[in-house]
Order: sequence, then structure tokens, then C-alpha cells
Amino acid sequence: MSVTYLEAIREAQAHLLREDKRVFIYGQDISGKFGGAFKATKGLAAEFPNRVLNTPISEDAMVGTAIGAAMEGMRPIVEMQFADFSSVALNQILNNAGTQYWRTNIPCPITVRLPSGGTKGSGPFHSQSMEAIYSHYPGLVVVAPATVEDAYTMLIDAVAIDDPVIYCEHKYLYYHLKADALPKDRLPIGKARVVRPGRDLSIVTYSAMVHEALAVAREFSAGGVEIEVVDLRSVKPLDTDTVLASVARTGRLLCVGESFPWGGATAEIIARVATEGFHLLDAAPARINAKDTPIPYHPNLWSEHRPNAKSIAAKARQILAE
Amino acid sequence: MLQTAKRAGESAPANAPPHERYLEAFRWMLQTRIFEEKLTSLYRGGMITGGVYVGRGQEAVSTACGLFLQKGDVFAPLIRDQAGRAAFGEPLINVTRTYLGSRQGPMRGRDGNIHRGCPESGQLAMISHLGAMIPVVVGKLLAKRMKGEKGFIGLTTIGEGGMQTGATHEGMNIASVEKVPFVIVASNNHFAYSTPNDREFACAHLADRARGYGYEGHRVDGTDLAACLKVIGGAVERARTGGPPQLVVASLLRLAGHGEHDDASYVPAKMKKEPWAQDCVARTEQLILENNWADSETLKKWRSEISAEVEKAVETAQREAAPVGNEEDWCAVATRGMVDRV
Repeated sequence: MSVTYLEAIREAQAHLLREDKRVFIYGQDISGKFGGAFKATKGLAAEFPNRVLNTPISEDAMVGTAIGAAMEGMRPIVEMQFADFSSVALNQILNNAGTQYWRTNIPCPITVRLPSGGTKGSGPFHSQSMEAIYSHYPGLVVVAPATVEDAYTMLIDAVAIDDPVIYCEHKYLYYHLKADALPKDRLPIGKARVVRPGRDLSIVTYSAMVHEALAVAREFSAGGVEIEVVDLRSVKPLDTDTVLASVARTGRLLCVGESFPWGGATAEIIARVATEGFHLLDAAPARINAKDTPIPYHPNLWSEHRPNAKSIAAKARQILAE
Repeated sequence: MLQTAKRAGESAPANAPPHERYLEAFRWMLQTRIFEEKLTSLYRGGMITGGVYVGRGQEAVSTACGLFLQKGDVFAPLIRDQAGRAAFGEPLINVTRTYLGSRQGPMRGRDGNIHRGCPESGQLAMISHLGAMIPVVVGKLLAKRMKGEKGFIGLTTIGEGGMQTGATHEGMNIASVEKVPFVIVASNNHFAYSTPNDREFACAHLADRARGYGYEGHRVDGTDLAACLKVIGGAVERARTGGPPQLVVASLLRLAGHGEHDDASYVPAKMKKEPWAQDCVARTEQLILENNWADSETLKKWRSEISAEVEKAVETAQREAAPVGNEEDWCAVATRGMVDRV
């Protein structure tokens, strides 16, 4: 038996609905037999009637409603159909959810699931990665699981956290990643994981880019260069200690993110390493992101727009040559 | 939290007023007027940091919004709802502490003026983005229903300005879809900051929108206290007894600037003569005295009681320490393990 990344998300929600009466799921097309645009809630409405609720196409009101329910003691999970549409709910997420606890001392435990990242042919409005925007604002926790196991445990942990959590699930990983079974152990949110040890270069990344980085690391290993790959898992809080420890081992840093290049997680990591670990660096730290254009539709353009094993490898060679 | 002390009847009136809670409501209106005049004078004297926003001219509508709410209800007041907040039970000291920057206030210096709230007692803390509180009320009501609570309603206020946002549209619609016991009271005070109605909306009457959302719609003269109590009280009762969401649109004039920094010189003199431009406090007081629903001695006594309460609340807040940066925890998350170490 095997479990995909998408099935892990569905199983985590089934587990949450079963174990915690405060949990309900709120989103577009998630109920009935349909079970969501990506089927992340398939079958759940039948098992948990009145707790998997279809909403109008009203992202702002969906999140606002979840905030009110959370303040009243519930643990709502909001499914955005695509991460891109969460921009309609930015006000509720940033200004209402993100400020509630600070202003009133009342926690706001909502989890917003964002089907994120690019897939072939999805174009500018169904491909975005929005972790940078959400991380920029105070009061939010932002996670981006890269494995089936993390997709499962981090969603369960997200719902348990007393704060608004932006859960970035990568659409490309939905069907491409498989594990033998659901995990029994977990690493808490806020801890990064060294997924492949190395001595020559640290690639720090998250979400789908972890797998591109691993492909590069395998390729370089054949030539005797050992790349260490760090999976951040959570973008905010950022596990700076694990990143610095990795840079201390390798002396070289490459940060990879699928989101747009201006600011964001990769810039933040480099800023922190340059500030706190400048003495650890043997070469200038570098980063690679998507290009500074909207995300293209055509596969030929899309595959060049986002970082990929080829562009990551080229950048890695540059850093190693310094 | 709820203050239900009936102050009416302290000296027996000769005639019965047009609503059983008329005099009680007027006392909240009077308290609000006296209190907000004090706030304005503190602001002009440089004693208040940030803005002061008053509900002058909107006291009748706002009082009616707070008056019929009960423990377990949800109230999301907005910028001009001092009267409604007080009628629903917010102590004056919460307001003075917030405006005067006491660390003991409900917002602890983290937010100010009209953004205060006490969600644990049913009064939400508004954000400035208009319409944003509507779905939050819906969510509270949805959760209460899921938990098996009964008999509750949610009420929020809005202006004709706030009715034009996308958030208001989404929020009003989702309240209807979720079939929650919800009332929204819109005061058309004729200006969105300085912009008059003709650049705000183009429908014949905002109450007509009720039908489009599946609401019951009501219009009311916002300067007529008896009408406000009847219509808003009636809408609350309809929502509480299984009716669809209720939209009340009150017509009135904002008798102040957007905030006390604004002299409202853009309000045309002619508009101030419209029937809906009357001062609801003066109008109500005049009616009370003309009809002998209460005598002038009673009103005088109320004024002096209220002034004493206001002075006490101001003095108390002024004596209290302000928040200081090095004692603030600077932590926006509730889960300590989730603090990002920048």
C-alpha cells in the first residue's frame, strides 16, 4: 500500500475531523460527492456531515467566517481552491487573523490550505507560491511541507496551533510523491530538516524545490561533490539555527525558492546567514527563484520560469568555483 | 457584562413614552453625547494621541443597536457606535483607558480609539477595513450553532460608505447562505468621509438591496428614537425568532467631521436643514419634555450623574500608567514555539 501527498492531506483532515469536534472544513466545491477541485476532501462530507461545508466564491468572507468561528472556539480549515485566489482574502488573513491575538488576546486558530506552486499549463493565476507575502506579516505561521509524511503531520500540527497557519501544499507533489505508509513520528513545525548531508555546499529550500535540489545533489555526488540539502519545512518561523549549522559544515550557501525573486524566503535566509554567520562563508551566498514575470502558461516557458535541476546545478557550479 | 439597569421611572413620568425602553435609550444617548463632548475637548487639549471619532447625530440608531442585544449575542460595532457599545455593556472606563493610552485598557496600548473590543463578552474589535467584520460575525454565529447554543443573534453596523465594499457584499451574502440570525444596521449619514451619496452609490435606496441578498429590508428615520427602537428592535426580534437576515437602513446626517480633525466644511448648509439632518438627542429631549414623559428635573439629574461618571472614568484612566516598550513582549503569536527569531 502506498500513500500520495494528496492522500496524506485528505487522511490528515479525516483524522482531525474524527478526533476533534472543533474541526470543520470550509471551502469551494469541497462537499458532496465532488470532494474539492483536487479531491483533497473526497469522501469526507459523507463521513462527517455538516462539517465539510461548501461556500460561495467568496474568499474574503470564507476566511472572515473562519476567523469568527475560531474566536468562538472552533478549529476551521479553509481550503482555497488555488493559492492564487487567497489574494482576494488577503485583508482577512493579514489584517484580521494576523492582528487578532495581538490586539485582543483572543487566539485565532484558523488553518488556510493553499494549493500552491506551478504545474504544466496552469498559467499566471493557478500557479502562484505565496509564502513570502504571508511571512512578511506578523501573527501568522507559514508552512510548506515537501514530503508525504510532513504533509500529514504538519497539517495535524497546524490545526493544533493556536495561531493562524498558512499551509502551502504543492500541487505538483500531489500525485508525484508517494510514501509506503502514513508516518508515526513527527518533527514539529518550526524545525528544518537536513534531508541529505554534505560537506561542499548547502542548498536551503522548501516545498517542491526540495526534490529539484535532491536531484542536483545526486548528480553532483557522482562527481565527488557532496551537497547538503536543508528542507525548511516551515518558512515562518524560520529555523535559522539549522541553516547556520549547515553553512558551518559546508561554507557555501545556495537558497532556492519557487516564488518570485523580490524579497521572500530566499532573501531572508541570506540576510540572516550574512548577518549571523558571515564568518562561516567561504563564498558569496546566492539564491535562485522564479523569474520576475507572471507565471507563463506554455510548458516550454514555464519550465524555464521556475528554478529547476538544470538552473540550480548551474548556480551551484558557480558558487563551488569561487 | 451586560448593563440592563433600567433608569427610567426614577421619577414617575406623567405619560407613557412611545416605547417601553424609550427613556432608558435616551439616557444612553445622553451619556454618549456628554462623554463624546468630553473626548473632543480632551483631543483639542492635546490629551489624546491619534484620532477621535464620534457618533454625533447617530446616537439613536446606535443605542437601538446595542439595547436589544443579550448575553450570548455578538455585536460588531463600528466607528460611530459609542452609544451602542455602552448600551450593550461596555464600561466607560474601557473607552477612556483606550483613548487615553492606559496599559490597563482592553487593548493595552496595542490599538486605540474605536478599534477597541472585548470579544470574550461578545463585542468584537473592529478593523478599519469596511465590511470585514460582517463574515466574522457570521463565523461566530455559525460556531455557536455548531456548539448547540440557542437564542443568540449577531448584529453589526455599517455606513452607506462601507456598504460599497466587496467585503460587505461577500459578507452579507454568506450570512444569508449560512442562514444565521444576523442583523446589519446601516446608517446613511450622507458622507463617506467627505464624499456625498451621489458618488457612493446609484441605486434608489440602499434598503432595496435587501431583496437581492435574501434579507428583509427596513428603512428608518435615524433621528426618531421611537422609530429606531421599533424598527431595529423588531429586526433583532425577527432574527432571534428564526427570520432571515435583516437589513435596516437609517437616514441621518453625521453632525461632526469624519474625525475631530475634520471640520466637515464640505457639508452644504442646505443639507443641514433636511428633516433627516436633525440632532436626534435634541429632538428626543424636546419630545420628552413636551410630552412630559420625564420632567426636566429628572433629565438634569441624569446629566449630572453622567458628568460625574465621565469625569471619574477620565480621571481614573489619566492616573494609570502608559504602556512602555521594554515591558511589551513584542510577540504577535499565541503559540510561544512559533515565534520567529529574526
